Amino acid sequence: MTAPRDPSLTDEAAPAAVRTEGLAKRFGTVTALRDINLRVGHGEVLGLIGDNGAGKSTLVKILTGFHQPDEGRVLLNGEPVELRSVQHARSLGIETVFQDLALVNTLPVYMNLHLNKEPRIGPFLDKRRMRAQARRYLDDIGISIPSVNAEVANLSGGQRQAIAVARSVYSDAKILLLDEPLAAMGAKEGGIILDLVRMLRERGDVSIIMIVHNYAQVFDVCDRVNLLQHGEITLDKRTEDTSVEELLDLVATEYRTGGKFAAGRGQYLSEVRGDGTPGSAA
Amino acid sequence: MADPVTSDPSAADAADLDATAAAARVRSTGLRGVGQNLMRLRELSVVLVTAVLFAYFAIGQGSAFTGKDNLGNIANYTSAAAIIAAGEVMLLVCGEIDLSAGMTFAMTPILMMLLHNNQGLPLGIALVVALLVAAAFGLFNGLVTVLLRLPAFITTLGTLYLVHGLTLKVAGSHPEPAPTDGTFVQVFASQSHWWSEIVWAIAIVVVMQIVLTSTRWGAYTIATGGNYLGAAEAGIKVRAMKIRAFVITAVFAGFAGVLDGIHTPQSFDPNAGGNDLMFTAVAASVIGGTALLGGSGTVIGALFGALLLGILQDGFNIKGLSVNTFIMVEGIAIILAMVLNTQLTRFRRGARAE
Repeated sequence: MTAPRDPSLTDEAAPAAVRTEGLAKRFGTVTALRDINLRVGHGEVLGLIGDNGAGKSTLVKILTGFHQPDEGRVLLNGEPVELRSVQHARSLGIETVFQDLALVNTLPVYMNLHLNKEPRIGPFLDKRRMRAQARRYLDDIGISIPSVNAEVANLSGGQRQAIAVARSVYSDAKILLLDEPLAAMGAKEGGIILDLVRMLRERGDVSIIMIVHNYAQVFDVCDRVNLLQHGEITLDKRTEDTSVEELLDLVATEYRTGGKFAAGRGQYLSEVRGDGTPGSAA
Repeated sequence: MADPVTSDPSAADAADLDATAAAARVRSTGLRGVGQNLMRLRELSVVLVTAVLFAYFAIGQGSAFTGKDNLGNIANYTSAAAIIAAGEVMLLVCGEIDLSAGMTFAMTPILMMLLHNNQGLPLGIALVVALLVAAAFGLFNGLVTVLLRLPAFITTLGTLYLVHGLTLKVAGSHPEPAPTDGTFVQVFASQSHWWSEIVWAIAIVVVMQIVLTSTRWGAYTIATGGNYLGAAEAGIKVRAMKIRAFVITAVFAGFAGVLDGIHTPQSFDPNAGGNDLMFTAVAASVIGGTALLGGSGTVIGALFGALLLGILQDGFNIKGLSVNTFIMVEGIAIILAMVLNTQLTRFRRGARAE
């Protein structure tokens, strides 16, 4: 049941940017997460993989302040914190880029990059400064956009995602949570984001936790990979110490032994239905 | 229509990632240019149509149309609708609408006169109190819509009847005479100058256009209508933005009622304005280039939309065409403007690189 305690999960050497101790989350009778001990070092990129329903999104939502854990705690730089809300987490430097991008399609790029942080001259928006800063931000992290004056609606999915990431990075994010940043993106579009993550890793001033589906992409940009299965971290390795084969093997084993979980779920479903019929999920 | 760069097959087929990215950049730059021109065109088109109509009636009808008295008629028609539209555009941009504005238009001046005549308040103070009551109805619209999550269509439909009934009740169904002289009248749309109401309209429209395009208030209004959840996530107080738009619409509607009553009939009719005026303001907004979907809009466009409708109605009147024809044309103009807007938006968005 309990994942083995890895000595690298403690703060002996240096406090981690984010660490969780024994996080657990239940929704009614369903245990979404149990005993999650996760560690992300400063400037490290952690890839979070796992099947649908394994608990990845719940974990990210706890770290982003959206859900509160039932057990365990979160530590930032070794200090325990209670993430009360998304705003509170953000004030502590945890920024999340969700799939439903928080960009406004009808506003230009430079406005989106400064949303809710617009520089002003008196009551008026300092558009000149916003444009200049936007250009600098985008050049800085190597995002190519036709013009900062372009309406976001006219950009591609990858460019939009990149702008959302750029906005988070420039809001003084210390920890960046990317919820499936490559979902619904072609290879070229995904490449924009992978390049961006790689670039941020090289700069090393922000720690990144990203949910990824494509294992090859994990090895492409992540320092470390955590595999979530049924609410538990079943693998925590540096990417150079593991391989796509090992991950696939673990997931295949999950499917082979899946009967146990499926039966449990079927029982649960029949309980909530109260009709005694076995759940169709089995 | 087709952008030559987009249809260049060699760019699309280029296997090299950099080359494709560069091509995409060129492609979107080209389309962005077109898109921005169309954006400008959207305001420009209503200005052009207005100018053409003006020229058409000016040439055809001569001084009957271009005379000072007639320009005054057009200005009057335009002013009230444009002032209300200045508020409605803010509401439409953040994805809401106020159907009760026409009734607030009638209520506010009557309230002002009752406070002045019965309570002995000076006109200026009576005006402020009456506008505060209008603002309270706007606040009510906003709170019910935003906090109780009622569609604005329903909330403000209710307020429409509520305000109308209230106005008839306190006014006893008969018009209140408006003040005809004094500083108050000189400041607020004296009837001795044909332009005295429209300068107020222009001033309000210009201020609101600047608010919409160059202040946080405007940017957050656009963000609220463009991506409600996303804007909220970015920390924008989206509900406050909507409530503010409801309040400003009600205040503008009330203020327009005061100006209009002083300027034209010199009396405040409890049945003035009403739904006809409210829909004219919404029509002017739509014709001017504001989508009902939220996220974009133009106050200047709405002023020209109102002017266009004013010129049409007045021109038809002078030509001796029936008002019924005007109403039909107004209907077609609304649909045409809306089709044009959505098609232009689709054309701009369709340019998005895949």
